[in-house]
Amino acid sequence: MAIMRQMRPALTIFLLLSVLTGLVYPLGMTGLAGLLFPQQAGGSLIRSEGKTVGSVLIGQNFSSPGYFHGRPSATMGSDPADASKTIEVPYNAAASVGSNASPTSRALVERVAAAVAQLKAENPEAVAAGEHIPMDLVTTSASGLDPDISPDAAFFQVRRVAQARRLPESEVHQLVENLIQSPLMGWLGEPHVNVLQLNMALDTLHR
Amino acid sequence: MSISGWATIAAFLICVIAMTRPLGGYLKRVLEGERHFLAYGLGPIERVFYRLAGVCPREEHSWSQYAFAVLAFKVLCFLAVYALLRLQAQLPLNPTGMSAVAPDLAYNTAMSFVTNTNWQSYSGETTMSHLSQMLALTVQNFVSAAAGIAIAAAVIRGFARRSAAAIGNFWVDLVRATFYVLLPACVILTLFFVVQGVPQTLLGSAQALTLEGARQTIALGPVASQEAIKMLGTNGGGFFNTNSAHPFENPNALTNFVQMLCIFAIGAGLTNMFGRMVGKERQGWAIFSAMTALFLVGVSILYWSEAHANPLLTALGVDPSLGNMEGKEARFGVAASALFATVTTDASCGAVNAMHESFLPLGGMVPLINMMLGEVIFGGVGAGLYGFILFAIIAVFMAGLMVGRTPEYLGKKIESREIKMTMLAVLCLPLVMLGFTAVAVVVKPGLSALSASGPHGFTEALYAYTSAAANNGSAFSGLTANSFWNATLGLGMMIGRFFVIVPVLAIAGAMAAKKVAAPTPGTFPTDNGLFIGLVTGVILIVGGLTFLPALALGPIVEHLEMLHGSAF
Repeated sequence: MAIMRQMRPALTIFLLLSVLTGLVYPLGMTGLAGLLFPQQAGGSLIRSEGKTVGSVLIGQNFSSPGYFHGRPSATMGSDPADASKTIEVPYNAAASVGSNASPTSRALVERVAAAVAQLKAENPEAVAAGEHIPMDLVTTSASGLDPDISPDAAFFQVRRVAQARRLPESEVHQLVENLIQSPLMGWLGEPHVNVLQLNMALDTLHR
Repeated sequence: MSISGWATIAAFLICVIAMTRPLGGYLKRVLEGERHFLAYGLGPIERVFYRLAGVCPREEHSWSQYAFAVLAFKVLCFLAVYALLRLQAQLPLNPTGMSAVAPDLAYNTAMSFVTNTNWQSYSGETTMSHLSQMLALTVQNFVSAAAGIAIAAAVIRGFARRSAAAIGNFWVDLVRATFYVLLPACVILTLFFVVQGVPQTLLGSAQALTLEGARQTIALGPVASQEAIKMLGTNGGGFFNTNSAHPFENPNALTNFVQMLCIFAIGAGLTNMFGRMVGKERQGWAIFSAMTALFLVGVSILYWSEAHANPLLTALGVDPSLGNMEGKEARFGVAASALFATVTTDASCGAVNAMHESFLPLGGMVPLINMMLGEVIFGGVGAGLYGFILFAIIAVFMAGLMVGRTPEYLGKKIESREIKMTMLAVLCLPLVMLGFTAVAVVVKPGLSALSASGPHGFTEALYAYTSAAANNGSAFSGLTANSFWNATLGLGMMIGRFFVIVPVLAIAGAMAAKKVAAPTPGTFPTDNGLFIGLVTGVILIVGGLTFLPALALGPIVEHLEMLHGSAF
């Protein structure tokens, strides 16, 4: 039968291509990347005083008033009290996931309403000054690990952070301005601020 | 909508147009065995492959032998992937101690990767060992794409040759597409991605102590090497669960732009290769133009939709200026997310940089329609071109009916057998997309997996089977696939791939055997605006008539409900 005659080439070519594309290629690239660009190949980790603080590309959960907060995250993780249960673990970088909320789901509307209320409670000065609630601060990111926020979302939090750290508002505002990453060539990408870098800069400012 | 957003879309299109001709020329040289610079270095290895496999590169296949070779290879790939996933716990390179993949999930995943669909019922970083990612999934990313290119080449030969019995040698096409197209490009792309921040390491994860003193486990792995082929081969199966939205897979706007170009690169190049091989590049540009027109319509609607904020959320006092940001990344924003979603569903890639489920109803409808049209807007590597040729055959057939002449395409008479084969391939897709959805939304195991209620739940089911049958692989990911879904989606992917490949190869065989009629003043030209309009119309009408009722029940109703302020 015709299909049997094709078995030898099928088997041989499959094995050879598997070795080439499944072992030689990824392992060779791993070696080459580790040699040429070890920092990026290892996950762009940030080390400070001998400890790994995180990755510059991966967002972290911030909740204290003295730090800028990132976007809501939909990631889950196992409950430390009971491993059989899963609970909300924002910015769980071992299990990325988006909310996948339908635009017309009641759960989404309720969740955003709660986020708006919390944001208003945490930033009464910004609300009093008439600043709008930035969309990205009340919606979850696609990966649950978004390291960035929009410049507006950072400015919205400046008063709160400055007050918590007893710093002049203008200084914190200037810091945000300095760390805004503009679109490449002026059009490619959205202006954004990396929250971890911003907060680390804030920590050095404090000293 | 912003000027920078439109600038991104315009720049993208300009880059695709600029790539098409050089890529088409190169692809033709590779697949026709002509001389090209890489053959000097890799040629000896290529010949060793043939010797070990007992393949004579000059011996060509008839269409049925070619189809048998494809099927034999695919069966083997399926079995190998299934075995690797089931055995991964006992195999090396498993730093995070992943257990064996469950049978239904392993079946679904094997089918998914063998058919170039890369639907992911699993979450990469919590399911797959590094060995599975490399030896099972990365290999399939290469060979399923290479097989697509090979089949496209065979189909083109069918139109280019006259009175011929053979349409090429599958093994030679497969090896050449891997050696000279995919692999070298991926080496360069991998290094580019690593420079931009995509990890490439054998470590399983890194432990961090965050600024606020919490522990964070950061999943790592050989991501960049898989990322490169995932995009170039229009596979779309991500290393991580959230695919190209994950900052490690797609760290910035530049990598995002390059990833989108990779998705279209080979599909666009093949249109030009088609033109060159049938003797007139304009024939290729006609196909390219029809594809581009459909692409522009899709991206404009999607961008327009997503640039609007969700009215249910702005009612809560949220600033609408950023648009619909639920399920999108701040570094991409709505423009790059809308463009990516269009590109990934025009081509049957299925990688995502934003969650399609959270698009506004009309925004989410665009990816759905792109897939329903049969993935012919550049399409999956190879699959897009041969899928488009099916619609071109219908278009010339209709034109022939209108003027009462025997339809011809490129001088070849289109006869009853070709039309039957074309209709078989074109009709099996809606059968799976609509038939399976109809079953899933009435049986309990089908309904229990849906996360959304109301019309959105219906769209979730429709999207899943559409994505499977079109071999796309993107999802409304709220769906938690259970064994019912894994089984039916796997079946849908198989039908969507092989019920197109076999008829299309049969058409190629029939075409190769035909003589070429000299063009007369009465010949319907297939390289001008009239043909472009006609074939675009055929694609839209076949898609529109078949799917409009289903779309009305899903996204259209949901859009109207949203404007009324209803939530479900």
